[in-house]
Amino acid sequence: MKYADEFRDKIIAQRLAQTIGTEANPQRAYRFMEFCGGHTHAIARYGLEDLLPANVRLIHGPGCPVCVLPTSRIDMAIRLVARPQVTLCVYGDLMRVPGTQGQSLLRARALGADIRMVYSTLDAIRIAEHTPDQQVVFFAIGFETTAPATAVMIRLAKKKRLKNLSVFCNHVLTPPAMQSILDSPDIQTIGQAEIDGFIGPAHVSTIIGTEPYGRLADEFGEPIVIAGFEPLDVMQAILMLVRQVNDGRSEVQNQYSRAVKREGNHRAVEEMSNVFELRDQFEWRGLGLIPDSGLKLKRAYAKFDAEARFVMHEQPVADNPACECGAILRGMKRPVNCKLFGTVCTPETPIGSCMVSSEGACAAHWTYGRGRGHQLRRA
Amino acid sequence: MCLSVPAEVAELLPGDMAIVSIDGVSLEISIALIDDLAVGDYVLVHVGYALAKIDPAEAERTLELLQELGNVEQELGS
Ligand code: SF4
Repeated sequence: MKYADEFRDKIIAQRLAQTIGTEANPQRAYRFMEFCGGHTHAIARYGLEDLLPANVRLIHGPGCPVCVLPTSRIDMAIRLVARPQVTLCVYGDLMRVPGTQGQSLLRARALGADIRMVYSTLDAIRIAEHTPDQQVVFFAIGFETTAPATAVMIRLAKKKRLKNLSVFCNHVLTPPAMQSILDSPDIQTIGQAEIDGFIGPAHVSTIIGTEPYGRLADEFGEPIVIAGFEPLDVMQAILMLVRQVNDGRSEVQNQYSRAVKREGNHRAVEEMSNVFELRDQFEWRGLGLIPDSGLKLKRAYAKFDAEARFVMHEQPVADNPACECGAILRGMKRPVNCKLFGTVCTPETPIGSCMVSSEGACAAHWTYGRGRGHQLRRA
Repeated sequence: MCLSVPAEVAELLPGDMAIVSIDGVSLEISIALIDDLAVGDYVLVHVGYALAKIDPAEAERTLELLQELGNVEQELGS
């Protein structure tokens, strides 16, 4: 596959690992957080951690949209789809996310709810057009990567005057979450998860560009390297981060220049800003309430807001106390530190959301485990 | 759901749509988020939308750099 295979070469990956080993100072630790679920997945799948010297550690951050969705929002969707004449359209990853009391969308569907898995927001439009008597609700989740697709859907729904399509909006933004991790009092007081740099998100950055990270680099002194999703991309980004740390620099660098432009994707940003505005705050699973981190529909599109149309209420829920997702998302624990990992909690029977999507830290670790470097392609 | 792959634009369709090919598999996607796309371009596809165009010159530059970064170490090591 062009633009993928070339970036999976095993020999180059090993050489990069050697270079990292030579340049990393053995007297210190390097702890880099990969924010994005796509990176977590690549790191686990290609066994990249096993190639790195022991003092270079990767911390899996909260960049898996399914993993940061609070249980209360899943519960809201389950209550919504219990109403007659409601059809809920969801991305497949959401189906198994546990709600309260063992509920999930998958179970709700088994019990008769009309829930359709869609690949694209355009599928939701088609479903709404074909079932005029149903109220079709799109369960929107994700970061700046999926928000433009939701925005396009809403714009088209307005243009087509679709009266039976609305959005349950759960979109969240990346930079405020990165900041909240660095600001977290737990991290500052316990100091376990000091982060020496970020592997910056790939797809999010294709949309927002590299500038929004500048503040994080300046104010928190954090090196940030935006990286692609292939194994060589991640390895090169790690080397760039090691070099920044060694030089005492904290810059935003772009390893993924083949897809990420400094200014981002104007058209996508414009679609988003036409339709969405900031919520005062939004709850992230594991991170709590973060100001200015979530999106809602602007007043001009209020009639497409499912929360208003169906008067949906959020009821806060406490997560399973044994689940360590919160600490894992902040880099303070690893999946194997959770006593439910692999025993009670597996991808078939997830207790926490980190076990649901293949980009979640727990599921990625469970599926690919360690020592899978042999999956890299031989040159 | 963050995962995505580079896809080659095979055909431009009306209404901001296009057919792309991923490893020989055809897929209809929206190109509403991308300007100036031509057949033969590569795009990153995510949840049915092209998010970004892949810049061949930058891809080449990164690959060259990766080769160099690997080779430097080999010279040092030998
Ligand atoms: S293994 Fe399961 S219960 Fe434990 S932290 Fe991960 S998702 Fe939560």
